Amino acid sequence: MTADVSSPELAASGDELYHTPTLGEFFPDAILFAGTPFEFNRVQLVRLIILVVVLVGTYLIASRAKLVPGRIQSIFELIIEFVNTQIIDSVMGSERGRQFSPMLITMFVMIFAMNLGGVIPGMNLAGTSVIGLPLMLALWTFVTYIIFGVKKHGLGGYLKHETMPPGVPKPIYLLLIPIEFLQVAIIRWASLTIRLLANMVAGHMMLVVFISLTQGLLLSGTWLMAVSPLSGALAIGIYGFEIFVAALQAFVFTILSAVYINMATSDEH
Amino acid sequence: MEPTILAELTGNVASIGYGLAAIGPGIGIGIIVGKTAEATARQPELRGQLQTTMFIGIAFTEILTLLAIVTGLIFS
Repeated sequence: MTADVSSPELAASGDELYHTPTLGEFFPDAILFAGTPFEFNRVQLVRLIILVVVLVGTYLIASRAKLVPGRIQSIFELIIEFVNTQIIDSVMGSERGRQFSPMLITMFVMIFAMNLGGVIPGMNLAGTSVIGLPLMLALWTFVTYIIFGVKKHGLGGYLKHETMPPGVPKPIYLLLIPIEFLQVAIIRWASLTIRLLANMVAGHMMLVVFISLTQGLLLSGTWLMAVSPLSGALAIGIYGFEIFVAALQAFVFTILSAVYINMATSDEH
Repeated sequence: MEPTILAELTGNVASIGYGLAAIGPGIGIGIIVGKTAEATARQPELRGQLQTTMFIGIAFTEILTLLAIVTGLIFS
């Protein structure tokens, strides 16, 4: 494990009090349908709850939308406005980019809500901390930029557009074409997946390490008890940091999707 | 003569690996953010655009460290 923080004193004070967290955190026991392909565990439950909350919430906000927005409606309009101006207009420009705004707003809201699951007490596990959801969203981006790129340039034209940047000496293309092709076909969506997943996994691990460390220190029964408030304060600080990371990762994922779509659909240089 | 153990280390070498993997991207992100701050000071009206570029740059640099986390988890 990477999170090997147990000091000798702590190990000596009793292995029962402090466990180094393992990847088993992310694969809890099944609640329903154990043993079938439809196995349902805590991660799926968290995802389902967040999905229902977001869907019902946005439905209620949208169905009661007024010309003069109330508080909740204006917060939501702020999010939509943020994605439209800060992400779409600044990356793609509004005339080409606005057709993608439903997709990117959905992505942003969904990733943000799912990430927040990791810091909501009682849930304690982000919906995006198991590979399925990040992979699905990354493949959505992948399929979108391939389809719109091919639609704009044609299949051969699209491949040429993405893998043969102009203004490069001819022999370099031997090296450049495989790299760029690999980039388009695999690296882009794989890195989107890994970025979101690893951030959420690492954030959850940090929280678990510091909270269980606080408990281990507090119950150790030695002078180490005096250190536990510091460790507890650090854990709460990390909660704040995780909320920031949840928003930042939603932003980064959405903006990179916009950048990739922009690369695929931009005009000839 | 039997071999004598003078010192012993326990733990996982992945911890050291993660430390090594964090050096390069750490320096890289520092440079990116520092240069962005510099550019913002020169031309405050371009702040939004510069920040967008900064976040894209950070995302590409940061992935190296995140890959190290994943590698540690996979090979442990």
